[in-house]
Amino acid sequence: MAPYIFYILAFLLIGTAMAVILHPSPVYSALSLVVMMSLLAVYFLFLDAHLIGALQIIVYAGAVMVLFLFVIMLLNLQTEPQENQRKTIRNVAVILCAVLVGELCYFLGRWGSQGELMMSQQTLPEGFGSIGALSGRLFTDFLLPFEITSVLLLVAAVGAVVLARR
Amino acid sequence: MTLIDLAIDAILVLLVIGMVMNLGGLLLWVERKGSAVLQDRIGANRAAILGKMPFNLGIINTLVADPIKLFTKEDFVPPGADKLLHTLAPIVAVVPAIITMLVVPFGDVITIGGRTIELQAAKLNVGILYVLAMVSLGVYGIVLAGWSSNNRWALMGGIRASAQMISYEIAMGLSLIGVVLTYGTIDLQQINRAQGGLLGGALPNWGIFYQPIAFLIFLTAGIAESKRAPFDLPEAEPELISGYFTEYSGAKQATFMLVDFLESIIVAGLITTLFFGGWQVPFLERDGLHFPWGGFYPLPSLLVSLTQVGAFTIKVAFFCWLQIMIRWTLPRFRYDQLMNLGWKILLPLALVNVMVTALIVLVVQSMK
Repeated sequence: MAPYIFYILAFLLIGTAMAVILHPSPVYSALSLVVMMSLLAVYFLFLDAHLIGALQIIVYAGAVMVLFLFVIMLLNLQTEPQENQRKTIRNVAVILCAVLVGELCYFLGRWGSQGELMMSQQTLPEGFGSIGALSGRLFTDFLLPFEITSVLLLVAAVGAVVLARR
Repeated sequence: MTLIDLAIDAILVLLVIGMVMNLGGLLLWVERKGSAVLQDRIGANRAAILGKMPFNLGIINTLVADPIKLFTKEDFVPPGADKLLHTLAPIVAVVPAIITMLVVPFGDVITIGGRTIELQAAKLNVGILYVLAMVSLGVYGIVLAGWSSNNRWALMGGIRASAQMISYEIAMGLSLIGVVLTYGTIDLQQINRAQGGLLGGALPNWGIFYQPIAFLIFLTAGIAESKRAPFDLPEAEPELISGYFTEYSGAKQATFMLVDFLESIIVAGLITTLFFGGWQVPFLERDGLHFPWGGFYPLPSLLVSLTQVGAFTIKVAFFCWLQIMIRWTLPRFRYDQLMNLGWKILLPLALVNVMVTALIVLVVQSMK
């Protein structure tokens, strides 16, 4: 991936991510999130992970965010008024964000000094990013996490059915 | 990549987009005339150039008159609407619909001037997933149109459309898994190549003979995805005026109409590719006609390529026509019937189809 593509994408990505938080209208926030998810998919495409890129669009931009928008429209959420009563939440959020940024800087600095962030130019292994290569790893090396995730999803689905029945 | 390769790619892309858009315009006429035939009417026949002139050119005249009428009408944005999203919605709806067909191969290879060109505009190895991704993005235009119009009927239409499309996407995706299991690839061109030759010496080796249930599920879900009757709940006229595009006029409304036709072309293209051999013609192979009784009739390579492209086009046109016939034959579902069909019939059927296909594939593999 050429550096200038990376920077253009990163700029757009952070811009849309900030729009998600800062825009007062829930629909615009959700749409910004859709654009952000799609831009992430573009990242994957440039990194030769075509399958992940397609899945990113199908699952996040296509399915999850459509449901978000659906719920926002169904509940007819309006533009949120800027209220002062949310000051406590905002303060807590600022503190937590500061902690997060601090952690990120600390670890990035540590790894950077050890030279682990410097990626060497490597040729891609045969079939990289293809469905065969990915599922091969998924069903051998990462079988347990994969199955645990599927059980988790099953629990969520059953839970949704139980809640809907009430 | 040299400049010539780039030019070839650009020509292929423009060719596919041109074919799709023109077929979309043509389908508007087929729909108007076809519905008239089915309802024992004459249909559109009064579009004469310059009023009473004797220039009634039949098809061409109606073909030109309809778009001109639609595109020159006043474009009105209701005062209460969200202006940005109201304008953006038709564009968001039409772009995925236009670019989906790029991944569908419309021919095998064509050799011109010593250069072999693969007749597929976007040679993605994740073809089916790309199609599913574009289909799922197509929901946004509809939902945004419904919401941004600030009209409760439009909103209802948008909500109905999103619920319907999400529900049928699942059955559609699962029916495709059966096809993927059969051919062991998600590359559409490879699926097409695998459908060459003959099945049992007589039948064409097409996907429908391996996956008949997946075909029925895909056709049903596909018509539901393109929001056409009997699944046109999002724009049910008696209840919702015109559903999600109630507040649209002129070119924007024409765009939504075009999206409907483009989506039925996509469904037709995918049905052709996955279940009816795509560009494969029975008995026709790269070097000529091979008959099962041993006859061989050699043909020039260019003629074979063009015949295959023609066969693909005819198949797609047939399935477009079939969808229009279904549209004007079946009455509209009720909303609960729609949801029951999607979740209680198609989804379990698709799951069973996946299980049975997987079992058969396993048995066949273990026997080898």
